[in-house]
Amino acid sequence: MHKFLLTLLAVTLVGCLDSEERVIEEKSQGLVYCAEANPVSFNPQVTTTGSTIDIIANQLYDRLISIDPVTAEFQSELATDWKVSKDGKSVTFTLRQNVPFHTTAYFTPTRTFNADDVIFTFSRLFDVYNPYHFVGDASYPYFQSVGVDQLIRKIVRVSDYQVRFELFNAESSFLANMATDFAVVLSAEYAMKRKAAEQEGLFDQYPVGTGPYIYREYRRDNLVRFYRNPDYWKHDVALDQLVYDITPNGTARIAKLLTKECDLAAHPSSAQLSILAQREDINIEKETNLNVGYWAFNTERPPFDDIRVRKALAHAIDTDKIMQAVYYGNGTRAESMLPPTSWAFDAQTSMPLFDPDLAKSLLAEAGLKGGFDMNIWAMPVSRIYNPNARKMAELMQSDLRKIGVNVNIVEYEWNTFIQRIGEHRHDSVLLGWAADTPDPDNFFSPLLSCSATFSGKNPANWCNPKFDLLLAQALDTTDILMRKKYYADVQSLIMDELPLLPIAHGLRFQASSADVEGITLGPFGAISLANARKK
Amino acid sequence: MILDYILRRLGLLLFMLLMLSIFTFSLAYLFPGDPLSNLSGVPSNNFSQNTQLEDKYLYNSNYFTQYIAFLGRVFQGDWGLSFASGDNVFSHILDLLPATLELSVYALIVSIFIGVPAGILGSAYYNRWPDKLINSTTIVGYSMPVFWLALLLIMIFSLKLGWFPMSGRMGLLYEIPPTTGFMLIDIALAGFPYKGMAFTDALHHLTLPTIVLAMYPTTVLVRFTRESMLKIMDQNFIKTARAKGLNRRQLILHHALRNALLPVIKKIGLQFSTLITLAMITEVIFSWPGIGRWLIDSIYQRDFPAIQGGLMAVSLFVILATIVTELLYSLFDPLSRNQAHGKV
Repeated sequence: MHKFLLTLLAVTLVGCLDSEERVIEEKSQGLVYCAEANPVSFNPQVTTTGSTIDIIANQLYDRLISIDPVTAEFQSELATDWKVSKDGKSVTFTLRQNVPFHTTAYFTPTRTFNADDVIFTFSRLFDVYNPYHFVGDASYPYFQSVGVDQLIRKIVRVSDYQVRFELFNAESSFLANMATDFAVVLSAEYAMKRKAAEQEGLFDQYPVGTGPYIYREYRRDNLVRFYRNPDYWKHDVALDQLVYDITPNGTARIAKLLTKECDLAAHPSSAQLSILAQREDINIEKETNLNVGYWAFNTERPPFDDIRVRKALAHAIDTDKIMQAVYYGNGTRAESMLPPTSWAFDAQTSMPLFDPDLAKSLLAEAGLKGGFDMNIWAMPVSRIYNPNARKMAELMQSDLRKIGVNVNIVEYEWNTFIQRIGEHRHDSVLLGWAADTPDPDNFFSPLLSCSATFSGKNPANWCNPKFDLLLAQALDTTDILMRKKYYADVQSLIMDELPLLPIAHGLRFQASSADVEGITLGPFGAISLANARKK
Repeated sequence: MILDYILRRLGLLLFMLLMLSIFTFSLAYLFPGDPLSNLSGVPSNNFSQNTQLEDKYLYNSNYFTQYIAFLGRVFQGDWGLSFASGDNVFSHILDLLPATLELSVYALIVSIFIGVPAGILGSAYYNRWPDKLINSTTIVGYSMPVFWLALLLIMIFSLKLGWFPMSGRMGLLYEIPPTTGFMLIDIALAGFPYKGMAFTDALHHLTLPTIVLAMYPTTVLVRFTRESMLKIMDQNFIKTARAKGLNRRQLILHHALRNALLPVIKKIGLQFSTLITLAMITEVIFSWPGIGRWLIDSIYQRDFPAIQGGLMAVSLFVILATIVTELLYSLFDPLSRNQAHGKV
């Protein structure tokens, strides 16, 4: 008995001594990224949830083209060349050759990437004869809200490595939309294999792409595991393994970074940045980002259908207090829907100022002198545009109480939250938008257009024909000055109608262990870990 | 005699299960929202789907028929779909329960190995310094809230000293195929991959949650063993033995211990229900992927089918564990079988 105990003790002690060595070997094989939510799908076409796109888009897939974050020019990816016809109604892409798709436990490709894959991928968005069009209720929120599904007339196969997109009309944001994280290329061969096995539903859950990492496993609320793609066409991938540790709690993500359980933490809270900055083993990256955090009203639901009520609520909010307590100085107060770094930005003079008395008189005008009850839905996760929606909602709750409005704060798990907002079950919601392209249309069409209302992406449930007309006019021209003028009108229309109140533009933060290199944070789009490596 | 006793216990078990199933079934009606979607986990969207569900769940028949159909589904493993994930609730439970059990069992083992000897030691040195030391430590441990202790240990051992990780069952970069769901067993079955490092890593991850979870049952066992020993030591047969000239070591090991430990066995079984409750809190704090964390997440997400299934599974488990220890106890102690009525 004594001997047994001694052995046990010895084993435990050896275990403790072992740990140093263990850490070294473990680190060389992979990287752990603490992500804030479960991915809702493994196909970027079917979601716009930023937390999901951050995990899947740049890691598993490639796009035809991308946008250089510095020069804002298009870059070649899977397409080596692209030509826009004179009338702007047809775009021909020349495709890269010898790009292999992933070989996974569930699929072994027999051919490399070619025109069929591009045609399959993009015809899924609009072509009812595409066998996958109706899989997942035919919901392609990004493309539907910007109208790409209505724009493409057909996709023509010119040769094995050339495809031509024929459009109904020339739209200046088409190429920009093709460069977003949602416009990834999927494997047609894999899709047909799933269809033959009558497993279309699994297609979006078990991904096959051309990207730097290969899907391995996903355990809900626990982890997502990717392996290195040994045959990546662009460059060698340094990490053997990439694991996403699903950690919804922001403080827990920071704590795990400190204990070295994660190498990278998504969206560290601004409140903790000062503590992290003191540590030598942790790097904080800061990047301006095209985004906006807003408070959207469900404009179809009384009393929010009354513009006076929306204005009254907007005047009741003390934004200065929010900037201090929620953004800790790491954000810019919104002066329009667009952030100041966007080329179409136009500061709005009619931005509602903090004025409770005016708010009260507006309410009285609308016949709601006695106040009313409403709910504010607050995001449960921190995002670039709103690091702490719960706290913001609490501040607003106390502000609104002063004008007689009782606020009930509603919270759900993030993916449920997004889904229910899409069903327009809220009175008002604190949400935001981080741009996918530098094109200003990206802030308006996906959020506030009528088609966005139908695809469930419009949190204000707001459909204004005048607004949509302005957006269409802005897209019809390539003259930058004309576009600027249209977008100025668009911005002032939002302030006049106030379907949502822009609050602030946040900075993008990334906290990582000091031995991690090669992470690129851009002013727009999702994070890419293709070049990540350990020192 | 023993058969009679077992039958009585089984009768009690059946009654408890009946009550539990009725309660679980009625939850679908008590929760807000449509009872049909609460039962099935399918949000009511379109008409044809609804009619199909109504047929399957006999929704238009009386409550009794619906209840019987519910029981049938429970036995078939069709516990409805989780709102949050869209997967079968039963398969979630099968995935998650082993993690909770693993943690609870280790905590129980630790508390037995520490609690019982410490209790004996306390009684042997009654009112002398070892007893006083054990007693005061126990009081501190007993009155410390679990979540506070957990946070304290994380602060010291994870964040400050960096000795132990603060979350999960093992380093995520180790990939262990889940065969049984019990991590240590799975690693052993996989043949100790990564040069055995996965195993030590799993032990590292286990340390803090086990300490936290073991704290309360350990203190209970210490106190209980001590009391029980003192009571036995006061009895006449011990006095006789002492008069015959046996030393303290002989007295305790050969005469007192056997008798004193009988009620302790029963107490250990009863600890299981407390343990499962505490495990939920521990799991949330240490991000342990067990059923407790899942259940609490489900409550947060208003995932009614999951809450229903989770509650049923956990209660079922506690009831079974209690009955089994009762039976074991009665095997060791013939006197207890004379109780006319069941008692839990």
